[in-house]
Amino acid sequence: MTMSSRILIQVRNVKKYFPVGSGLFRRSRRYVKAVDGVSFDIPEGETYGLVGESGSGKTTLARVMLGLIEPTDGAVYFRGKNIFKLSKEEMRKIRREMQIIFQDPLASLNPRKTIEQTLKQVFKIHTSLSDDEILDRVKSLLEMVGLTPPERFLSRYPHELSGGQRQRVCIARAIALKPSFLIADEPVSALDVSIRGQIIKLIRRIHEEFNMAYLVITHDIALVKSMCKNVLVMYLGRLVEIGETMDVMKSPLHPYTQMLLSAVPIPNPEIARERKKHRVVIGEPPSPINPPKGCHFHPRCPYVKEICRKERPELIRVDGRLVACHLYM
Amino acid sequence: MSSENLLEILNLRVYYFTFDGVVKAVDNVSLAIRKGESLALVGESGCGKSTLGLSIMRLVPRPGRIVDGKIVLHPDMIDLVSAPESEIRRIRGKRIGMVFQDPMTYLNPVMKIGDQIAEGIMQHERCSREEARKRAIELLAKVRIPDPATIASYYPHQLSGGMRQRVVIAIAISCNPELLIADEPTSALDVTVQAQILDLIKELQEELNSSLLLITHDLGIVAETCDRVAVMYAGKIVEEADVYDLFREPKHPYSEGLLRAAQSIESGSREIVTIEGSVPDLLNPPPGCRFHPRCKYAMEKCKIECPPMIDLGNRRVACWLYA
Repeated sequence: MTMSSRILIQVRNVKKYFPVGSGLFRRSRRYVKAVDGVSFDIPEGETYGLVGESGSGKTTLARVMLGLIEPTDGAVYFRGKNIFKLSKEEMRKIRREMQIIFQDPLASLNPRKTIEQTLKQVFKIHTSLSDDEILDRVKSLLEMVGLTPPERFLSRYPHELSGGQRQRVCIARAIALKPSFLIADEPVSALDVSIRGQIIKLIRRIHEEFNMAYLVITHDIALVKSMCKNVLVMYLGRLVEIGETMDVMKSPLHPYTQMLLSAVPIPNPEIARERKKHRVVIGEPPSPINPPKGCHFHPRCPYVKEICRKERPELIRVDGRLVACHLYM
Repeated sequence: MSSENLLEILNLRVYYFTFDGVVKAVDNVSLAIRKGESLALVGESGCGKSTLGLSIMRLVPRPGRIVDGKIVLHPDMIDLVSAPESEIRRIRGKRIGMVFQDPMTYLNPVMKIGDQIAEGIMQHERCSREEARKRAIELLAKVRIPDPATIASYYPHQLSGGMRQRVVIAIAISCNPELLIADEPTSALDVTVQAQILDLIKELQEELNSSLLLITHDLGIVAETCDRVAVMYAGKIVEEADVYDLFREPKHPYSEGLLRAAQSIESGSREIVTIEGSVPDLLNPPPGCRFHPRCKYAMEKCKIECPPMIDLGNRRVACWLYA
């Protein structure tokens, strides 16, 4: 437990704005505020879920956290170091520690390379192991992700594998260097229901074996429930609620979290129909180009007050979690 | 809801004649849709559920073809498989409406929304352009589009995803169809929008007293929306039952696995139920029961002989366990 209390990643007031409608000769004055002032910590070995609807800025936030794009403002600290102030060599070392897997495994694997070549490359870039040692590592990796016997998969190309097997290869590549942090961006959305469970189990097992922290980015509440101890709820570039998953699911505090949870269909006809009777779901997420003033959620909120239209609510502590809503001020 | 049938699918076979071989996407499927009911067709990708939906509209794309079977539309007993194209044109869009997954590919991007709805009405009913346009605005109001008269003169790109899907629904119900087919109508939408669209479809179906065939992979949507469920696996229907019966006690090992998998993920429990292996390739489906390589109850017989549909009174199951 001493390990898990140490902070691994600190996200501090991160903003990422993209200019829109700009051309070669035209300066843009409008921006998509994809991420608009987001802060949170991830301790070592902890599991987090980042939930939000499309366009809420989840993937942009992930790309900033990995140092793949520079934020407009704010910083990301990995073990206390600002990753945007590192030298190339230092960044290379940190890249080994932070990995990502994507929704579409076929798009993230090189179609012209065999599984063996793809996985060997990781070790060639980051280690000075001999060819034999590398092959051993690759084989044990394949075993670890359940692609057994490894010999059967080494010489295959991505197109020869099923969707679930491809995602296993991506996971193998991501964990090859035993990272301390993994981002899984919609890891099972492209997979069939019967395959999803296999991948969820695999990621959870790796987390336990390596004490690896992870952040699952998804629109799927069920996935967060089954994979993440903590949850971050995002709406139009801002975090609106942070807390332990089970608490948030049981009694969501932010009106958006409440609406989102009540909209998720539950695979149980009795419960689903009972819930449907009391459901209030209105409106659609507005465009992030011109988000509403004050609290972004106020046009859809059933409890809207005057202050919500003017002032942005900050995250405050309520019942052991963080909520950004004027109701609790 | 009556037990009277609206549409009967009998021994339907739909094959795709591809370069690599024959894909038996729908293989000897029989299914009845009752008057006024909402029937869910559930299955994983590639199981043939969309092909089945398209067969009813007789829109199976090439190289696919309906090779055998009948699709009988009551009460006039028209066989949609053998009827001449001119007859199908009078049924498609009028007596059977369809909503697809992606509204943007369905709508014409260079035509105003009001005109697109009016076009369908004029196709099927004798009425003036003016009248059709008036009906189009009424339909937009019916699918809860705010300020319908203004929106009617918009182009599809000016609307959000949810609003576009509402327009598609307006077109599908424009002629008060007896059957509404919705193929993954909300997969491209956000959860909060999905809930609103499903509520709308359900309400309209009840108001028009039409039947609904909802094609989906999401068991949560099924539990919330439908009266009856048909579970499809690798081109065949493996179980057909009342929604409460199926969720309480799935009989076919595949339905059981699928349901328990979804429920265990949803409940957030430590123990996640999985079905080992993966969906078979329909070019080379396994012999016997197509689920046997993944089935924990598989017997010798399952590997050799394909199980028939067994009638258990209130449900039908294609599994040797119940023979």
